[in-house]
Amino acid sequence: MAGRDFLHRLPDSELAFARKQAWLRRLHIDLPLLVLVLLVCALGLVVLYSAVDGNPDRFTSQVTRLGLAFGVMFVIAQVPPRTLRRWSAPLYLVGVALLVAVLFFGVSAKGAQRWIDLPGLPRFQPAEIMKLVVPMMLAAFLAERRLPPRFGVLCGSLALLAVPAVLIAIQPDLGTAILVGGSGLAIILLAGVSWRLVFAAIAAGLAALPALWMVLHDYQRQRVLTLFDPESDPLGAGWNIIQSKTAIGSGGLYGKGLLQGTQSHLDFLPESDTDFIIAVMGEETGFLGVMALLVLYFLLITRGLYIATRAPDAYSRLLAGSLSITFFIYVFVNIAMVSGLLPVVGVPLPLVSYGGTSALTLMAAFGILMAINTNPKMLRA
Amino acid sequence: MVVWCLVVVAILVLVLRLFQLQVVEHERHAVQSDANRIQVQPIAPTRGLIYDRNGILLAENVPVSSLTIVRERAGNLDATLAALAELVDLTPAEIESFQRRLRERRRPFEPVPLRLQLDEDEIARIAVNRYRLPGVEVEAQLIRHYPFGEFTAHAIGSIRRISRADLERLDPVQYSATRYAGRLGVERHYEQHLHGQVGYQRVETDARGRITRVIDRTPPVAGKNIQLHLDLKLQLAASAALGDRRGAIVAIDPNTGGILALVSKPAYDPNLFIGGIDPKSYAWLRDHPDTPMFNRAVRGQYAPGSTFKPIVGLAGLSHGETNWERTIRDPGYFRLPGQTRMYRDWNWRPGGGGQGIVGMQRAIYRSSNTYFYDLGVRLGIERLAPFAAEFGFGERYVLDLPEAANGLMPTPQWKRAARREPWYPGDTVNLGIGQGDMLVTPLQLAGATAILAARGQRHTPRMLLAADAELEELKPPSLPPVPLADPKDWERMAEAMADVIHRGNRGYGQNGTAWAHIGRDVPYRMAGKSGTAQVVGIPQGMQHDDLELTERQQKHAWFIAFAPLENPEIAVAVLVENGGGGSSVAGPVAREVLDAWLLNRLEGPIVAGN
Repeated sequence: MAGRDFLHRLPDSELAFARKQAWLRRLHIDLPLLVLVLLVCALGLVVLYSAVDGNPDRFTSQVTRLGLAFGVMFVIAQVPPRTLRRWSAPLYLVGVALLVAVLFFGVSAKGAQRWIDLPGLPRFQPAEIMKLVVPMMLAAFLAERRLPPRFGVLCGSLALLAVPAVLIAIQPDLGTAILVGGSGLAIILLAGVSWRLVFAAIAAGLAALPALWMVLHDYQRQRVLTLFDPESDPLGAGWNIIQSKTAIGSGGLYGKGLLQGTQSHLDFLPESDTDFIIAVMGEETGFLGVMALLVLYFLLITRGLYIATRAPDAYSRLLAGSLSITFFIYVFVNIAMVSGLLPVVGVPLPLVSYGGTSALTLMAAFGILMAINTNPKMLRA
Repeated sequence: MVVWCLVVVAILVLVLRLFQLQVVEHERHAVQSDANRIQVQPIAPTRGLIYDRNGILLAENVPVSSLTIVRERAGNLDATLAALAELVDLTPAEIESFQRRLRERRRPFEPVPLRLQLDEDEIARIAVNRYRLPGVEVEAQLIRHYPFGEFTAHAIGSIRRISRADLERLDPVQYSATRYAGRLGVERHYEQHLHGQVGYQRVETDARGRITRVIDRTPPVAGKNIQLHLDLKLQLAASAALGDRRGAIVAIDPNTGGILALVSKPAYDPNLFIGGIDPKSYAWLRDHPDTPMFNRAVRGQYAPGSTFKPIVGLAGLSHGETNWERTIRDPGYFRLPGQTRMYRDWNWRPGGGGQGIVGMQRAIYRSSNTYFYDLGVRLGIERLAPFAAEFGFGERYVLDLPEAANGLMPTPQWKRAARREPWYPGDTVNLGIGQGDMLVTPLQLAGATAILAARGQRHTPRMLLAADAELEELKPPSLPPVPLADPKDWERMAEAMADVIHRGNRGYGQNGTAWAHIGRDVPYRMAGKSGTAQVVGIPQGMQHDDLELTERQQKHAWFIAFAPLENPEIAVAVLVENGGGGSSVAGPVAREVLDAWLLNRLEGPIVAGN
């Protein structure tokens, strides 16, 4: 009860704050994280309002989904990390089973088989929950071993990662595969792999690029080629990227003003309320608006990584680090592809793009981070 | 910590990239963004109208709804065409010409017409299905329409869809929205005035090219209206007079040079070409042996035959080689001194024929070949050719019909250059009766007849009577009269030509050649001259009738006339291809035209063709 004595010595105002902290801690809420998430969501909704132009139903449905996602975040925040750890392996097995099921019984949309219908549940993408389950599984797997992991353990964790990542990639859903793969690789990195191995892996990866090219679908190859020369097919594959760069660039420093974006409102910009929403923001709010969002994202990631460093045990530390890095990958891949640095893969802008599933998993991840940060240090493995 | 640093670096990469796009390259992208949404659309001016002398519309603009496709927006064209085919009837010919236009040079995002003249039901069906027809537009536009179709086709010409060749010739700015330009006749000659000036509007469009708003607009300036000397009633009457025969009629007001009627038969409906003629119909028109698209009135070139005799006569009088009292003995043929070849009169028979004693007047009303063979030789080509040229032969003698052919006034110089042969005396003999190498168009012969009618006064034949603008064609330089040693000879020649019509009941060999055919009941005084143009040469010693000639080897029938004799109001030249005798075949046609002008001018309603 030393903490209580400490509290008594604080001035009143700070005491009230500390009490509030304690109260929030009992509710398993991390205030900085909550504030940052709320700010991103608020900013995101403003942009979305403009992006869904003339379609208020889409806006209200996104508000509803975000509200639901917040609920999920609070609920998950109540789950102790050790419970998560215990559930990691079973969830992983169920997840992989669902991914296999998608291959055979999945529902196709836009040329990819990603969705599954289970009786009693709304249609959902099993790949989406793997964004959470794969880091949980790997964190649980590695936390039980001596760190830094030996080579055999490394291979084991890579296998655990490869199975779902490949299953997702062949749906095909390159964006989610990258996110899932990234989250797993993040854990392996955090677990303490020697940099020699990392660089060797990168070199091997580069060497394997031609082989990767062979297994890519035509539309995926087209996207890669388009990145390097969008003008080669300005009305076809290059259209998206030309229009998004034009939208962002024409916004300039201050933007054209909300609802004033001609690229998005005259429909030159495709997918303007989903994957390409950052282009709407760039056009309407300019460089400064996008910077504001980037700063918020950066603070969110920093807070997540900070939580990881303060985590009570290896499992929590690895999981928190991985989820934060996954969030970063979201941000980086999305903005990089929309601004023409990376090929177009289906990665939404977290908490801003229209879409329920990704908001739900993201918020669940924040819930996990909150749970990690607000649980007493115990059960050190 | 290492990971956090990587995150910082990666986010800095994004910041730099956004800085590059939004600050460094901002100008470029801003321009591109405006170029995306703002399009400058040219607006075609409304084409000027063409009226006849009484204000009847000969060429108008009618609104039609046409179906067009913007190729760049259509996506899968075959699918779109298939979907369209369910909604409107598309003939294979329409699709074929659409595909052909697609391959032709055109501006990007230019709507390519697929079908003209949609009806209300079709427009409604397309509107309902528009969501699955990307790039398909229904455009309301004005198109040229010729209410009298083939009756005025050769008189006023027509417009055609602007072709690749036209693009080289036309101002690309002024014609940026125009799809048709004058190809023939008046439509071509006055193209610049009829076309007007292009307008512009700057519009904001969405990604599908739909206009969301008009930013600003510079309206086009409509083309100038023009009025022609042409009289539709006379045109229709002349057309009826010619009937189904191949031939041409040109009627001119000798006091102004105004072309009152210009008929060429067979003709075609120029409206066919505006909707986009299907290749089969076009091939039929092009390959038909009667060549309906050929404008005989201005481009058909024929030997003038005996219609040339009054001019040879005037040349002889003016140069003092003959006078009204001088006579010759006509044995039915003419021989050059020291030669045996016989140049025959039209009534020559083996061992007989001839018209006896022949003076100038009788040589005209009896159309004596012998007299004019002799007179031609007396004049010589050096004096005859320049005199004939004064009447517009061998040169361009029309103001505003661009296709008009020049005919041929043969000279020794021409023959040396064209045939590499010397000029033989026999050439002059033939020229005396308008045969040999000489060629004239019906328009030229009508022009010469107008000069005869106006007693030597020259007014270049013209179509234009009035216009909304000050056109230079309204005030052409005036020409001096044809010089004649004794101007009284004009009057006497007119009298001699009146005898061709009116001199009758005088017994065998004494009547005007046309009297029996048309002259018995003319209620006014008219002058005329018949002519026949040989299509094939007749060997020595044979008569024309001896030859087994196919229809197309038959002689062409000519008749020129003007009336009233004292103060002519109309001069006309009639050609009936392979018609045979000038007086019997072409004469009645000329008479009908004169009657229509002089007797029925203000009677009867006009009924639009088509």
